Amino acid sequence: MALKVDHVSYLYEEGMPLSRKALDDICLDIPQDQFIGVIGHTGSGKSTLMQHLNGLLTPTEGHIYYMGRDISAKDFDRKMLRSKVGLVFQYPEHQLFETDVFADVCFGPKNLGLPKEEIEGRAGEALEKVGIPREMYSMSPFELSGGQKRRVAIAGVLAMQPEILILDEPTAGLDPRGREEILDQIRQLRRQTHITVLLVSHSMEDVAEYVDRIIVMNQGRIMYDDVPKAVFAHYRELEQVGLAAPQVTYIMNALKESGLEVDTQATTIQEAACSLRKVFSAVGR
Amino acid sequence: MDIIEAKEVSFEYVRRDEEGNVEGTTRAVDHVSLDIRQGEFIAILGHNGSGKSTLAKHMNAILCPTEGTVWVDGKDTRQESEIWNIRQSAGMVFQNPDNQIIGQVVEEDVGFGPENMGVPTEEIWERVEESLKAVGMYQYRKHSPNKLSGGQKQRVSIAGVLAMHPKCIVLDEPTAMLDPNGRREVIRAVRALNQVEGVTVILITHYMEEIIHADRVFVMDQGHIAMEGTPREIFSQVERLKALRLDVPQVTLLAYELQKSGIPLPDGILTREEFVEEVGKLLGK
Repeated sequence: MALKVDHVSYLYEEGMPLSRKALDDICLDIPQDQFIGVIGHTGSGKSTLMQHLNGLLTPTEGHIYYMGRDISAKDFDRKMLRSKVGLVFQYPEHQLFETDVFADVCFGPKNLGLPKEEIEGRAGEALEKVGIPREMYSMSPFELSGGQKRRVAIAGVLAMQPEILILDEPTAGLDPRGREEILDQIRQLRRQTHITVLLVSHSMEDVAEYVDRIIVMNQGRIMYDDVPKAVFAHYRELEQVGLAAPQVTYIMNALKESGLEVDTQATTIQEAACSLRKVFSAVGR
Repeated sequence: MDIIEAKEVSFEYVRRDEEGNVEGTTRAVDHVSLDIRQGEFIAILGHNGSGKSTLAKHMNAILCPTEGTVWVDGKDTRQESEIWNIRQSAGMVFQNPDNQIIGQVVEEDVGFGPENMGVPTEEIWERVEESLKAVGMYQYRKHSPNKLSGGQKQRVSIAGVLAMHPKCIVLDEPTAMLDPNGRREVIRAVRALNQVEGVTVILITHYMEEIIHADRVFVMDQGHIAMEGTPREIFSQVERLKALRLDVPQVTLLAYELQKSGIPLPDGILTREEFVEEVGKLLGK
């Protein structure tokens, strides 16, 4: 197991009158080579949990193990952990600061104290993975579009060559094509490198389309942890906690209620279209 | 009566190098003409960088046109002496609720606008009450904005604008940072303002589902208005929208996929109910 979260709880403002539990007895296994979606309403604890995974926050109770070793242990190398578990925050383009795109992506590996050739090799590779062409390397980050800036910021984390990549709402504020481009790039990246990706998202449609497993957070606890179809079958319960199913799931359920034998487990357009084509061909249309 | 009229409006940003010398100009809005009538629900779509936010900022005189003229409630936005009247007629709500809320208590925040306008104290409280009720946040009037969810904060921002008794509200991606529930709450509040209070709404968004109830949709591309029509007219053109880096609601896309495999569903289906009905018709139910 790449990461193991073992009965972790976290208290904000521990010992203070306003102290509250942001995480409550979380247990999770995060293996290598998996695409995981993390959903939950604002304040459900998902960002707090993500910040535990690379040691930015330390559990009040419980332990987190990276490759079997407790990351809170005194002799544990946290700097190594942060290069292995890469965290891309929301609106990461606000963190671009170098004079050109290439220098910005070099910043991380440079801090690892690597030789110059390796730094530049990694930066070039990372930029290639996110689809930023060579002509843009010498441009100022501020000359890029929103989607491009975001991809450069992601490249900055990839250049650290993480084994686990955590993306906190990487598509917020992007136009529909920009969203698709980023998510397709991530899918492509996973095919090439078998990196584990945790995608925190408010878009149920994106999660349904891309991930293999969904973790649903609510009030600091894990509500569901399963494959997308199984999670979205609980759409009524998800609504209770401020979430929803992909719109396709609602359409299929409405069709079912109208008396049609359709697959209510469909969560993507392709699956829904496939199920409906079968219904139509059964009546000879 | 037009609440907003734009005639041949162009806007150029001046690009500067590091020493502040002018490098050139970028035309973000290019000869746009439009009329928005009092009480309409208008949606503006467009990819990142299409000029939609720049255009929106002309609607309450945050920006003034480089060429052409914008009239808000009959007043030319270049008339400095009318600027406060213009901003009172057309209020603006932005993407990030945390950048817009200044009060320590919800009701104080909402009262800030009318207070600045010199409204008598008695009336301020009346306005605060009715505005908070209109967005469904009255029970939170004594709360600290810090403790609210994203959707609730955004509704407080809208109430803050509403308390200035505007004729028109411009919302620039008000739901981009919200979870599904927050998005629903905000869109419901916006629709109620339009339908119950008769406030003109101009909504900019990347979520196609949010605008199916709009009266008219404008699609921006490269500073121009590329498409204009009712949601049904606009969303019937799936390929054209995709070419403009946009999308259609999932139900529309599902119908489109089925059309492509020869199932004769009509163009531009916008809601689940319509879809179920049309599928039922075809299957003779």
